[in-house]
Amino acid sequence: MKDSIYRSHVLICTGTGCVSSGAKTLKDSLNEELAANDLSGEIKIVETGCHGFCEKGPIMIVYPEGVFYCEVQSDDVAEIVEEHLLKGRTVERLLFKEPMTEEQIPSYQDIAFYKKQQRIALANCGKIDPEDIDEYIALGGYEAAGKVLTEMDAQEVVDTIKDSGLRGRGGGGFPTGLKWQFAKNSESDKKYLICNADEGDPGAFMDRSILEGDPHRIIEGMLVAAYAIGADEGYVYVRAEYPLAIKRLEKAIEDAEEYGLLGDDIFSSGFNFKLHIKKGAGAFVCGEETALMNSIEGKRGMPTPRPPYPAVRGLWGKPTNINNVETYANIPYIINEGVDKFTAIGTEGSSGTKVFALTGKINNTGLVEVPMGTTLKEVIFEIGGGLGQGKKFKAVQTGGPSGGCLPEDYLDLPIDYDSLLDAGTMMGSGGMVVMDEDSCMVDVARFFLNFTQSESCGKCTPCREGTKRMLEILNRITDGEGKEGDIELLLELGEHIKSTSLCGLGQSAPNPVLSTVRYFRDEYEAHIHDHNCPAGVCSDLAGAYVIDEEACIGCSKCAKVCPVDAISGEIKNPFTIDPDVCIACGACEPECPVDAISQG
Amino acid sequence: MKSLAELKELRNKVQKEMKKRDQGTKAEIIVGMGTCGIAAGARDILKAVLAEIEKRDLDVRVTQTGCIGMCEKEPLIDVKLPGKKRITYGNLSEADVQKIITEHVVNGNIVTDLVIARHN
Repeated sequence: MKDSIYRSHVLICTGTGCVSSGAKTLKDSLNEELAANDLSGEIKIVETGCHGFCEKGPIMIVYPEGVFYCEVQSDDVAEIVEEHLLKGRTVERLLFKEPMTEEQIPSYQDIAFYKKQQRIALANCGKIDPEDIDEYIALGGYEAAGKVLTEMDAQEVVDTIKDSGLRGRGGGGFPTGLKWQFAKNSESDKKYLICNADEGDPGAFMDRSILEGDPHRIIEGMLVAAYAIGADEGYVYVRAEYPLAIKRLEKAIEDAEEYGLLGDDIFSSGFNFKLHIKKGAGAFVCGEETALMNSIEGKRGMPTPRPPYPAVRGLWGKPTNINNVETYANIPYIINEGVDKFTAIGTEGSSGTKVFALTGKINNTGLVEVPMGTTLKEVIFEIGGGLGQGKKFKAVQTGGPSGGCLPEDYLDLPIDYDSLLDAGTMMGSGGMVVMDEDSCMVDVARFFLNFTQSESCGKCTPCREGTKRMLEILNRITDGEGKEGDIELLLELGEHIKSTSLCGLGQSAPNPVLSTVRYFRDEYEAHIHDHNCPAGVCSDLAGAYVIDEEACIGCSKCAKVCPVDAISGEIKNPFTIDPDVCIACGACEPECPVDAISQG
Repeated sequence: MKSLAELKELRNKVQKEMKKRDQGTKAEIIVGMGTCGIAAGARDILKAVLAEIEKRDLDVRVTQTGCIGMCEKEPLIDVKLPGKKRITYGNLSEADVQKIITEHVVNGNIVTDLVIARHN
């Protein structure tokens, strides 16, 4: 507890994104500068979790005005202290500028990136110090757990979650309340509760940011779930590559234990709950629940057939409930605000919100939380600020390596579990990769399949052998050696792998290939029949560059940059490119002062 | 934690600090902190404002502003109560600050002899 009240709070985002763009040195400079100006006692520096707007980090918010500064560097600190903190004048050059209108926006609620968002799971991220349990409690933290433990019986809790329509945010979309009911119904002297924080999709960082920015919310969500199913021990399975998330979670567990919010006889209800952290070694397959439990038990992280489901026979052979980080993060909101308020958000089959990690060729990279039913267009163009460098939208990939790519025609698709499945992709854990006209869809499919193929644990044949064969075909196609019938073979293999693999990894691994064939078949055909990569990505297929002889002024600039000496000619006479030597790297094109070079 | 009541008690205790980040409508005191203000002693005025608010445990937003052109009348503070006109006080001493907070911020009565401007 602090003795004095500060007149101003300066929030510095110290999520992983902002730390890597320099938030730690920024904080040190600010500390020094405040001390030099005799302001240390008046102004409090608070380290917070991710604000989501990682593209513009490091981010700083100054309260009570709520001014949002972005891309703040140590050199800017002196000016912020002198001008803003001392004299009350906003440092305008550090304000966010809307990319479309160039308008400066002082308050973050008014930035288009935030305006369209609705934050439940991320409600406190960026607002509180994740290492200070008091700040979480000040915003109503642990009241949901208190209410559940002292005023509700277990079945009431399960029914509430059932009625809320909450579905698993890890990707599967299974109704959470039903899952809890199964675990509750299992008779046993011992039950376990697990939080799946083994986030492994390339480019996804939703769970990481929640753990880093608001770890107590996860503990509270787990408390409620543990009470509902009757578990007295739990694990958070988090990958060791997330050191900051682990550190903050460890601190949070320690503080919660000290306050008696974890341990024995919580809220004098007679309910006990002990929470451990299990660090995963980073295998993608351990995000699958049975593989994850094997890993906790110290066995090799491989899936086992279901049934029996974890709710019947899970960790150490005991009934176990396992949910994703974001799922637990929604629980306190549902308990506090009520089922009606939660179901009012989202669509009929998918209530609530979903967090997405927006990446790829987009202006505003970052973490966004939107109500289910928001269209892809709103997320990409309104929140994401559209594509960079005036490029044209080509596809969006949802669901990470298990999901698929959707073309422009689907931009108006409202995002929910079922609409995405119908379109041939999936919600997944919430990765969203935007691609522009320069992306080759065959190459994209190959990238994701290469990932799942190397992450396949090798236990079942369809996944182990099938993904390998599919990858070989894709490699052949992108190398220019595609054959007639390759597409059909890919489809056949893909369908078989989907229907016969043991776990979710194999069952979804062909999705990137199947969806790109479905929507971008012409690109596959161009690679196979014409030996041409329309996007110019697959270098073995890219056409050689040619020089327009009439336009060429014979300056020789292009010949100087060619790495393979494919360009020759006499000064002041037209130069030529030898198509057999040219590797289509494109280095010559921007060098030409008269734009005489183009790809053939 | 023994009961929900105990949690709520703790919440009330720790909430005060978090109110600084509350963007809702509440009383606001704005201290003129341009170079002219600082030269005339605005730092001490600001400290007096903070001390008085803390002593009385008030939920008031304290911000600063730059020079508003009335350098002659510095140090200045503005008091803006929700839904009321913004009032500027000038030529202030620390004792005046106490008086303004007691009478205007707490009781809603403008301290007319210190007022130098009213805004709409």
